[in-house]
Amino acid sequence: MRPILEVENLSISFLQYDRGARRRVLPAIRRLDLTLEAGQVAAVVGSSGSGKSLLAHGILGILPYNARMEGTLRYRGEPLTPQRAAALRGREIVLVPQSVGYLDPLMKVGPQVARDREKGRGVLGRYGLGPETGDLYPFELSGGMARRVLISTAVAASPALVVADEPTPGLDARAAGRILGHFRELAQGGAAVLLITHDLELALTIAHKVAVFYAGETVEEAPAADFARREDLRHPYTRALWDALPQHGFTPIPGTQPYPGAIPAGCPFAPRCPKRQADCGGAIPYQTVAGGRVRCLHPERGEGS
Amino acid sequence: MGHRIQFAAKKLLRMALLLLGVSLTAFLLMSASPLDPLQTNVGQAALGTMSQEQIARLEDYWGVNDPPLERYLGWLSSALRGDLGTSLLYRVPVVRVLGERMGSSLWLMAAAWVLSGLLGLTLGVLAGACRGRWPDRLIRGWCILISSTPAFWLALLLLMVFSVWMGIFPIGLSVPIGAEAAAVTLADRLRHAFLPALTLSITGVAGIALHTREKLCGVLESDYVLFARARGESAPSIVLRHGLRNVALPAITLQFASISELIGGSVLVEQVFSYPGLGQAAVTAGLGGDLPLLLGITVLTAALVFGGNLCADLLYGAVDPKIRRGAARR
Ligand code: SF4
Repeated sequence: MRPILEVENLSISFLQYDRGARRRVLPAIRRLDLTLEAGQVAAVVGSSGSGKSLLAHGILGILPYNARMEGTLRYRGEPLTPQRAAALRGREIVLVPQSVGYLDPLMKVGPQVARDREKGRGVLGRYGLGPETGDLYPFELSGGMARRVLISTAVAASPALVVADEPTPGLDARAAGRILGHFRELAQGGAAVLLITHDLELALTIAHKVAVFYAGETVEEAPAADFARREDLRHPYTRALWDALPQHGFTPIPGTQPYPGAIPAGCPFAPRCPKRQADCGGAIPYQTVAGGRVRCLHPERGEGS
Repeated sequence: MGHRIQFAAKKLLRMALLLLGVSLTAFLLMSASPLDPLQTNVGQAALGTMSQEQIARLEDYWGVNDPPLERYLGWLSSALRGDLGTSLLYRVPVVRVLGERMGSSLWLMAAAWVLSGLLGLTLGVLAGACRGRWPDRLIRGWCILISSTPAFWLALLLLMVFSVWMGIFPIGLSVPIGAEAAAVTLADRLRHAFLPALTLSITGVAGIALHTREKLCGVLESDYVLFARARGESAPSIVLRHGLRNVALPAITLQFASISELIGGSVLVEQVFSYPGLGQAAVTAGLGGDLPLLLGITVLTAALVFGGNLCADLLYGAVDPKIRRGAARR
């Protein structure tokens, strides 16, 4: 089947003006690859503040004016040009934003979910929200309600691609699980769901596929099933993330991610990598290993490790 | 309900303190003024021909020799009883002068207020919606030019162009010279008020337009506008549905706060157009040492400004759902 969304070698950078008129280009995303099929939930997992949200904005064609996007974006096999994105967003491609801050604070919830009153009520009802919710202002919503309202805004259209940006922060595990359940339902209904999150553990509860994002690159794309066993993971960073999961002992990764603009040549993970070798300072290919892909010269899996 | 009464009581108390402070300040400034009311109003030559007794009587009338504190307390105690005294220059009760002057000024200021508010909002929204492009640059340039132009200079310019060169509008006053009060038509009054009102509006527009533009730019960079774009809303729809809604609140505050600037501007503009309004009376009273009239005008305008800000507060509460619903739930 043809994938709904294909992202190849995508980069998004910002033009910044330093003191005076010196321009500098700040790469927020440098090499991002991902394929997503209908009925699938794919998670892009990376630490907070690593520029993952920009992927969502890039797909929807709503990047700020000083951002530059390069690489390939294909939707249903055709290039997703800015014009095409503008025509599709809000209809076939929808965004579920991070917080109620993305709702107009002075407009009641109802008209923001759907302009058509009846339709809005129907969608809210689907998520267990009564018709009175439509008469509330965004600041009157509780955390869990807000999440469901935000999902409602997406479902008011009939989306083929749902991009969810960090949909569960501030919720307890049970509430978060319920919200993620709604996304799984959307995928079961035939939509492709792109889940952008920092929470690997939660992502694994619904994702079919996980793309690990580090310092502006996808370092590994793996079927979610591979996360059951450490040995099945390919990239040293993915293994480190695995080790940091609560059920595997919370082992933290030493060091910090490099800032965009201060990323070392070669493999960006090299300064923290236990497997680092002399050639890691050179070009790193994105290779297919055992049904997944990995950006590493010496992957943990596939070399008989 | 309880907190509303509390709110009103607090506001009233503040207003009383404000008026007290303003009147005291005006009084102190006036007492410190180097202008001698006798010299200004009677004239050096006339004084020279007067006898000591006559001068003493005049000094008495203008209150030159009374101790300042006593004078102020005297004014205050009668003012509290509703008597603002008698204007020394016009020789009629201050309240009557205020009433007459207010009548002509009010039209002027109301017209300028409405016009500058509407025009400022429209231009500001237009500039904000087209930010960075030529309509924005044009409007911004114009506003900056206007706000760096003194009001009286603009008044002179308009007077020269429209009254002196083109002769479309009268040179000054609020009614035709020499006309009987009964013969003055509404059209006459409008014609006389037009240029002063225009001057006041033009100067008022700049500030409101620039502020509105800033606000709208802020709104257009907000997350909720980003999300509206992500949902496929068009740029005009975003400005109309979200922009106006979110700009309205600060615009209301600004509009009412602009009353103080309007009053300040009217002092200069009325002077240039010899328009017999409150502003002109303030200048006359200040230069002529007419203490009761000046204090009356000061207190009245301070109350107007305060009233404007109070209206802004109340409206804000009625319009902003956070305050409205928050108050309802308490
Ligand atoms: S390329 Fe080298 S440094 Fe980078 S992750 Fe692989 S082994 Fe480690």
